[in-house]
Amino acid sequence: MCGIAGLIHRGKSSNVGSELQGMLQALKHRGEDSTGYALYGDTDGKNFIMRFKVGENVGEGSSSVMEDVSVYDERKKIVDQTLVELGAKIIKEERTLPYSLRYEIDYNVKDLLNFSQTIESIPGVEILSMGKSLEVIKDLGNAKAVCERYSLDKLVGTHAIGHARMATESGVDIKSAHPFWGYPFSDVSVVHNGQLTNYWNNRRALENKGMRFMSECDSELIAVYIAQKMREGATLKEGMKDSLTGLDGVFTYFVATKDSLGMAKDTMAAKPLVLYESDDLVAMGSEEIAIRSVLPQEIDTYDPFDGEVKVWQI
Amino acid sequence: MANIKTGSKKTKAQAMGMHTEVLTGRTQQKFFNPDEAENFYYFGTYDVDFNKRTDLDVKNMTAPEANKEIDNLMSQGYGTIVIKNPQGKHSLGVGILNKLNLIFEGSLGYFGMGSCDGPIVRINGRVGWSCAENLMAGKVVIEKNAGSCFGAAIRGGDLICKGSVGARTGIDMKGGTIIIGGDAGAFTGFMMQRGRIIILGDVGINLGDSMYDGTIFVGGKIGSYGSDAVDSELTSSDQDWLRRKLKVAEIGENFDVSKMKKIVAGKKLWNYDNLEPTEKKGAI
Repeated sequence: MCGIAGLIHRGKSSNVGSELQGMLQALKHRGEDSTGYALYGDTDGKNFIMRFKVGENVGEGSSSVMEDVSVYDERKKIVDQTLVELGAKIIKEERTLPYSLRYEIDYNVKDLLNFSQTIESIPGVEILSMGKSLEVIKDLGNAKAVCERYSLDKLVGTHAIGHARMATESGVDIKSAHPFWGYPFSDVSVVHNGQLTNYWNNRRALENKGMRFMSECDSELIAVYIAQKMREGATLKEGMKDSLTGLDGVFTYFVATKDSLGMAKDTMAAKPLVLYESDDLVAMGSEEIAIRSVLPQEIDTYDPFDGEVKVWQI
Repeated sequence: MANIKTGSKKTKAQAMGMHTEVLTGRTQQKFFNPDEAENFYYFGTYDVDFNKRTDLDVKNMTAPEANKEIDNLMSQGYGTIVIKNPQGKHSLGVGILNKLNLIFEGSLGYFGMGSCDGPIVRINGRVGWSCAENLMAGKVVIEKNAGSCFGAAIRGGDLICKGSVGARTGIDMKGGTIIIGGDAGAFTGFMMQRGRIIILGDVGINLGDSMYDGTIFVGGKIGSYGSDAVDSELTSSDQDWLRRKLKVAEIGENFDVSKMKKIVAGKKLWNYDNLEPTEKKGAI
């Protein structure tokens, strides 16, 4: 089933980590195999923030294979060495969990394709996000558990999207959890509720164009699809509109960039979305109770129609 | 829901061996036998006094707790209940089978007012997916917008949304009237079998797709027609009915019904003509 939620503050920052936690926790009945956050924090914009994993959470319910922590240490060492070879300087590093790391990197190359391909050529290493504002945090468990595990409740920023997952098409693991980074674009992330039926056709075509897939989760296709459209020169909104015909199946998805947040709904309108829109805040989720967690007062909400695409700026 | 009781007195039908038990309940009236009146009662219904009014704050209640409390209040004779702080909770007000004035001061989530038979409900907010699904009788008025599958499979009653509604409004409906003050999404009237839908605004693609029967009236633009949905002449009696219905619904005052489009079933679906009249009646 899965639940998605997102919000964007316009003209100000807020405690988006805590707000999104509340929204996703309200949707936990839609799935709590894993929960993911894409948070756009207030930064000085100088350095890249790279969130990556060197292994999987092998806790209860996980479909991943158990590995020794020493393997994670070895992979981390190779990543550090590769970053030096790529000319990237690690400014700050945090290791929240043995398999999950956050680096602030001084790196002055715009095209992240070669950078990402080189890092991810290290077996067992996956970049969860790369950007100057974006941080993707995802792990097994419900929103509250993941928020506490990564201390996300104090993160201040302008916008965020998130996902509460009930695993249906692929494994219970971090690599199949949402949000997906819009590889190789800085600060692009995607969450999706639904099912894509032309996944393999699209995947093969995109792989032939040099794009990479890290999981077999159909939702990852949306991130790669939009990223490829943007590589070809489309704007975010144009790429999203194109997806309404290019992607087959039922879906409601959100895409976020450094300064914008968008939603798209398939032409069958088969997946739910409730939307609240005002001059200073847009909040949306699979169910109204997600919005109620940040706006308990009486508000006007509506369901976007079939085939609708909307994009908001901060 | 009908109660099944074993009657000692055999009806003519029973004597013919057609069925061996008496079905009682509002939804099974064709089986009601006046001779069995003493056995006839509506499960889960109460005698309520509309002038007996109370408030119920459901902010800290789960939906089952709230519904149980509504039931408890009805059992005490309360005929007017005002629900405070529904805050988008799912499945509120479901399964009410008697007359009741129910007012929600706020929005509902999914499946609100499902499987009801008789209450008069006003929701001063918005409703999520599948509001008033399977409504048998009564009136449900939503002051703001509604989600998809609005009035799915209703059998009777009036369902009114003063704002806009999502996709598949009136899907599989078998009776009653749905009135929309704003726009409606794709697949409105999908597989409807009887009843009427009135939309004052625009409607999305595939209107009335695979409808077997029933009528749809549209005041605005139509995205596209679904399979077997066709235009029909808007008669003067249609217009009279529309004016009366809109007036009762307190919606679309001064709306020019003469310019509305009337859409009905073309009755060309593959199996439509294969149904014998009695079976057709049973199907709808």
